[in-house]
Amino acid sequence: MANTLFVRPETLTPDPFHYCPGCGHGIIHRLVAEVIDELGVRETTIGVASVGCSVLAYKYFNFDMQQAAHGRAPAVATGIKRVLPDRVVFTYQGDGDLASIGLAEIVHAAARGEKITVIFVNNANYGMTGGQMAPTTLPGQKTTTSPAGRSVDQAGYPIRVSEMLATLDGPAYIARVSIHNPPQIFKAKKAIRKAFETQLRGTGFTLVEVLSSCPTNWGMKPAEAFSWLEKNMLPYFPLGEYKAASGVSQDD
Amino acid sequence: MARAGKVKIDRERCKGCALCSAFCPKKIIKPSGDVNSFGYHPAEVRDLKNCTGCGICALVCPDVAIIITRKEEAA
Repeated sequence: MANTLFVRPETLTPDPFHYCPGCGHGIIHRLVAEVIDELGVRETTIGVASVGCSVLAYKYFNFDMQQAAHGRAPAVATGIKRVLPDRVVFTYQGDGDLASIGLAEIVHAAARGEKITVIFVNNANYGMTGGQMAPTTLPGQKTTTSPAGRSVDQAGYPIRVSEMLATLDGPAYIARVSIHNPPQIFKAKKAIRKAFETQLRGTGFTLVEVLSSCPTNWGMKPAEAFSWLEKNMLPYFPLGEYKAASGVSQDD
Repeated sequence: MARAGKVKIDRERCKGCALCSAFCPKKIIKPSGDVNSFGYHPAEVRDLKNCTGCGICALVCPDVAIIITRKEEAA
């Protein structure tokens, strides 16, 4: 008897992704869609897309989506969740959107303990606009606006968003995961599921930071980009759960 | 019980990123010499009889272009 082991999640529309070959967004979209399918909440989920490569996320998720102004996704999600508290509300934001122009919105949404989930995709540069330096660009990393490598004298240091937000009392669940190899993809899905389950329990703000690659702007083949991520990003952005409320299962 | 996998690749979704071939434990999935309508070289399985249906190619595929089925067979 043949078992179907892997099919496209129902929560993804049939539209092909517009992302570059090997881009991590496709994997992360699929993980979110699988979790929504498994929790059976597709009919009550509302997503908020950011500005960046993921600006077109509303085309790919088969539930209600809203598109926010640059960086303002947590504020828009706050409004939606407060008006419709029975819905599952999440934002899907990149590092340029969340950690730069949207830093005020994310910090205050976390501090207020808004009962939303944030999927924060960190690929250490601004992907959509051509690979410029982002707040998460590593020291010495070459980008189109730091061609000699990020100088910490001039541009300062990268922001560790998960650690920073975990110091606040509002968040109930904060984790950093990665997708650079199959075991990490499983762990990433588990963290995304925990975040949505925590939101369903209504205990506070939840965020999953997903380290991802940007092969086109990093100038690497997709598999090389995952190796670069593992070698360079993991030491600066350690993986793990930075905040987990009581009642969250720790079955790793 | 031998395990026989079946990999179905949607040639039009595949962008030839080759993440599947980088992670395939049997090294049997590779970008083909053909091009699809977008000009990418879609992945193909060269040696399907060695496929165990582990699903790793589908797990790492950023374009959800791979569907896996697995058949349990008496050895």
